[in-house]
Amino acid sequence: MSSVVSLVSGRALPLRGNDIDTDRIIPARFLRCVTFDGLGQFAFEDDRKQLTAQSKTHPFDDRRFAGASVLVVNSNFGCGSSREHAPQAIAKWGIRGIVGVSFSEIFFGNCVAMGLPCLRVSAADAEALQGDIERDPAADVTLDLAKGEVRCGKRSVPATMAEGPRKQFLTGQWDALGQLVSGIDEVRAAAKKLPYVGGFA
Amino acid sequence: MSSRTLFDKVWDLHAVRALPSGQTQLFIGLHLIHEVTSPQAFAMLRERGLKVPFPERTVATVDHIVPTEDQSRPYADTLAEEMMVAIETNCREFGIRLFQPGSGKQGVVHIIAPEQGLTLPGMTVACGDSHTATHGAFGAIAFGIGTSQVRDVLASQTLSMSRLKVRKIQVDGALRPGVYAKDLILHVLRHLTAKGGVGFAYEFAGSTIDALSMEERMTVCNMAIEGGARCGYVNPDQTTFAYLKGREHAPSGPAWERAVAWWKQVASGPDAQFDDVRTFRAEDIEPTVTWGISPDHGVGVGETIPAKESFTQDEWATIEEAYQYMDLKAGQRIAGVAIDVAFIGSCTNGRLSDLREAARVITAHGGTVAKSVKAFIVPGSEAVKIAAEAEGLDKVFVAHGFEWRNAGCSMCLAMNPDKLQGRQVSASSSNRNFKGRQGSPAGRTLLMSPAMVAVAALEGKVTDVRTVLQAPAAKAKA
Repeated sequence: MSSVVSLVSGRALPLRGNDIDTDRIIPARFLRCVTFDGLGQFAFEDDRKQLTAQSKTHPFDDRRFAGASVLVVNSNFGCGSSREHAPQAIAKWGIRGIVGVSFSEIFFGNCVAMGLPCLRVSAADAEALQGDIERDPAADVTLDLAKGEVRCGKRSVPATMAEGPRKQFLTGQWDALGQLVSGIDEVRAAAKKLPYVGGFA
Repeated sequence: MSSRTLFDKVWDLHAVRALPSGQTQLFIGLHLIHEVTSPQAFAMLRERGLKVPFPERTVATVDHIVPTEDQSRPYADTLAEEMMVAIETNCREFGIRLFQPGSGKQGVVHIIAPEQGLTLPGMTVACGDSHTATHGAFGAIAFGIGTSQVRDVLASQTLSMSRLKVRKIQVDGALRPGVYAKDLILHVLRHLTAKGGVGFAYEFAGSTIDALSMEERMTVCNMAIEGGARCGYVNPDQTTFAYLKGREHAPSGPAWERAVAWWKQVASGPDAQFDDVRTFRAEDIEPTVTWGISPDHGVGVGETIPAKESFTQDEWATIEEAYQYMDLKAGQRIAGVAIDVAFIGSCTNGRLSDLREAARVITAHGGTVAKSVKAFIVPGSEAVKIAAEAEGLDKVFVAHGFEWRNAGCSMCLAMNPDKLQGRQVSASSSNRNFKGRQGSPAGRTLLMSPAMVAVAALEGKVTDVRTVLQAPAAKAKA
């Protein structure tokens, strides 16, 4: 099922703010569903509506960024609820890679399992990239997982990802399920060694 | 790198093998599922023709969408009904135990597993819910996962994981009267920030933590995730063992002594090494209330709302956004802020001791819910409800103007009929004050202890619970 993810490139969308939580990415009422289909249109629904009501434009509604496939955020993005609906909504909206200062642990893990790379850059570089995109929304932003950098026009900044997940993307093994299931004999052996599995008999 | 901590020992005991990526394939001892984050996982299993090899190690319940008033089926909300039917069908097809409303065992997933003795020290616990950190109170390594990982656990009883760093949060001293476990964790979050724990497991230790009951420890560990820490835990001790003894799924007979011996071994030893240690003094903690839009935006009830300059400059935009959203100003006292709704419940504070303390405060106050306030109390599980009613707590609540509901997540995340309306302000014993969290896109949440919620409901505004509990003799353990 997995494929190699080493390079993601496309026009980008800057979304400023620290601690943007998954309730804001996808409000809970949209979790009343049994599939992830159709979530894309509801990404940031309440934030977007609120800004529209104030005659302002949310980046997800800004026509300059329509069709963007890279999202550039600040720190602790995706904090809060574990809902995979959040990265699913972002991905179904059209995002294929995220650049930010830091990501919540669970959000990042969900993205790995979906094949959606999240690269970390410094706070200054995230802001510089957001500024670049705001000035030139047509510019392509490239996430280069192999080289560990993010490029936008003349700017090239160092970007990191924990070594395990990076390897998973580069070898096309971000969907761990196949490997986990293939080790089922070892799983059974490991379980036997845990006294509580046998009821401390 | 940490070593010989409970986290390290439990991790090593559950490591099946190193995966080619360098990640660890980690065995999951207890997998909990609920109706919101599991249907897509079962769909993925069917797509790939996979089975559940350890069905007895997964336990299901329904909590997020369950109405707390009329629970008759089919639910009025057809989407909620569809999710109920999905989990019933999935559990039947894959042979998984499901605790349904009316069984006496249904409730918020993080409340029912401990109360039935399913959560044990030294286990790994996973659930498609970020508040899985709660189970760390038993000395388990427990973390929230997404739906693809729910699929992974169902299909293999394992996860692909990277090891976390371990930070010890040392809290010493005695909590003052009117100060609770909720205040303790809100205080820690305020000082370590919402993102300070990213990449860490939090070990809560020290004389204050040692003195907490299991229910209080669950409140503390529950909110580790609000500090960015994917799991929080407390080392198992006599308090843990006393809580577990006699619970339905806890070991019994000769197995009990063997279990206790093993549990003692997994605790962090005196030789444990941590990646980081932070210390707090219990005496410094006041009843704490959040004023902003992140759980780390807390202040003592006697304090004023902080100036943005007291935060690091990269937070200023968020702080400005919080003032505006909450319609509060720097320098304004948090005490006296008017509320519209009061909610006591959730996986953070929906347990029997929380309800007992709320009832004690209400009785000490003697008044009824303020005219302008809607106040409701939602037991965390059917077992909590039964126990509370056996003590007559429900009668106290109703006599003082509080509504008494059925078990569920209720207005913690408002995926059910319990929601804020418009710009209402709620005093809430739950865990998140994010924008829109409680069901209205403009709704505002003030997080606090259940005792503080109770007094806010009676006074119609944020009020220091210590004014009600003045006599030091009135202090009882929450």
